[in-house]
Amino acid sequence: MNSEKPILDVKNLQVKRGGVSVLDIPSLQVPEGKVLCLIGPNGAGKSTLLLALSRLLKSINGEIYFRGEKINSNHTITVYRRHIAMVFQEPLLFDTTVFENVASGLKIRGMRHNEITSIVEEYLERFGISHLVDRSARKLSGGEAQRTSLARAFAIRPEIIFLDEPFSSLDPPTREALMEDLDRILRETHTTAIMATHDQMEALRLSDQIAVMNEGKIVQIGSAAEVMNNPVDEFVASFVGMETVLTGRVTKTYDGTFITSVSGRDIEAVGNVDVGETVVCFIRPENVTLSTGTSGDVTSARNIFPGKIVKIIPMGLFHKIQLDCGFPLVAYVTHQSLDNLSLRVGNDIVASFKATAVHVIRKEKLLLGKWYKMIL
Amino acid sequence: MDIIIDGIKQAFILLFTLDPEVLGITWLSLKVSGMATLISLLIGISVGTAVALTRFPGRRIVISLINTGMGLPPVVVGLFVTIFLWRNGPLGFLEILYTPEAIIIAQAIIATPIVMGISLAAIQHLPANLRLQILALGATRLQMVWILIKEARLPLLAAIMAGFGGVISEVGASIMVGGNIKGYTRVLTTATVMETSKGNFDIAMALGIILLLLAFMVNAILTQIQQRDRPR
Repeated sequence: MNSEKPILDVKNLQVKRGGVSVLDIPSLQVPEGKVLCLIGPNGAGKSTLLLALSRLLKSINGEIYFRGEKINSNHTITVYRRHIAMVFQEPLLFDTTVFENVASGLKIRGMRHNEITSIVEEYLERFGISHLVDRSARKLSGGEAQRTSLARAFAIRPEIIFLDEPFSSLDPPTREALMEDLDRILRETHTTAIMATHDQMEALRLSDQIAVMNEGKIVQIGSAAEVMNNPVDEFVASFVGMETVLTGRVTKTYDGTFITSVSGRDIEAVGNVDVGETVVCFIRPENVTLSTGTSGDVTSARNIFPGKIVKIIPMGLFHKIQLDCGFPLVAYVTHQSLDNLSLRVGNDIVASFKATAVHVIRKEKLLLGKWYKMIL
Repeated sequence: MDIIIDGIKQAFILLFTLDPEVLGITWLSLKVSGMATLISLLIGISVGTAVALTRFPGRRIVISLINTGMGLPPVVVGLFVTIFLWRNGPLGFLEILYTPEAIIIAQAIIATPIVMGISLAAIQHLPANLRLQILALGATRLQMVWILIKEARLPLLAAIMAGFGGVISEVGASIMVGGNIKGYTRVLTTATVMETSKGNFDIAMALGIILLLLAFMVNAILTQIQQRDRPR
């Protein structure tokens, strides 16, 4: 894989709106075939960056190179747009059938009818919406509509696909299923993707690289583990660092649960994985319960770890407690609990969380799936 | 009461015997108003779409003017078209005052702002990101505009109906610039006015019924098109 030469190379990209700088990216390289997720709060400039990179926003300063070629003139922009696709938060379907929607990009390219039909059928199949082919786009559910929108974008077989919060308006089960399909199709088609999201779960799930944005700037870019575990500043920390992210190796599996070894400690989690596989576990701080361990608390939690308090950070309504249990762990407690448990830095404490509270990402599936092996 | 019953009776006799004069008037009305609507569509949809899709200084004023134009009084249009086409007026050399062409011009001026205003609103009401989505699918600017117009086709059909409805039923401008010349510029509305003033209520009523039927038929056809093409 050609990882040295980026498919997109950005230099000194700036966007101003009413004289105010809303985007300032001194340098950004997007490696081919990888998924880059942009995360950050609303107004951080994620959408603006996507529009600038796709050159849908015309008035930009700076240089964008696609496969080494500068995209500046009207002509190069039009040519460049035929190599890319974009999916927005709203499905933005045309008022016609699902088939015609998925075919629209191909029709714009003047492709012949029989060719269009076979490509459209392929992508309807891929996104599991073949049965909706003749349905009016107006009569689709949210998930079906977004699938149609994605199929329309993928049908033009773009080299880069830009995704602007594509799951934000979907309910959790729909989102989950679609994310899984998108992940698979991105890897199968080896499409470079740049996705904006404000949900770090989505970013962790889909990305090879995460860029954290704030106030029009990329404040940190790196692998999920780098960004999550080593936030460069307070902002990144407060945006992503609240999660505990642990990498471990599966040592034992039984009945849908498994044990993964993290720094010599055994964490029990739920999921279907294989022994020997590397997994990334992360635990939301609100799911971690603290006790002093002396009161003989009874808990149904399977994961109970003694540890020490490293740091206590007031967060407004609650306190964020950083623990060292042989691995780093973060918990939230209320003011009341802080007093009741008389938590102090350096104190010994017992942290517990349920096996179901551990979110698991199969690292090997993400990085070295069978499609990669096939290409290699 | 007799006057109404006799009128209706006479009206239907005129209708079903296919009176050549009535047929001629009807055909001219249809032709003149149809042509005026067609011209207003070409100008109205293209300018309306252009204003909806671009940003320029004074745009709001232009939109206000278009919206004001939607309520242009036909007699005022008739007055100005008459002045322009008057023998020693700015366009007098055309020598088309008191011809069907003059009526077409006046009616097109009445219908254009109506079509323009509705087109403008229709295109503006499409989702803001739709344009970007179409461009991102690889469309050229021209392809994008065409797709947007197709997306707005339902309100645009309403624009056609409103435009046609406005001019087929208008009388002020037609009588001023056409002159209600028998067999030449006499249309349904001007004939109705004349027959009513002469006390020939039966003929006036026949013409009125035809006018209603005509408006109904054109709208029925357009509504049919508008409501068709809705896949399940």
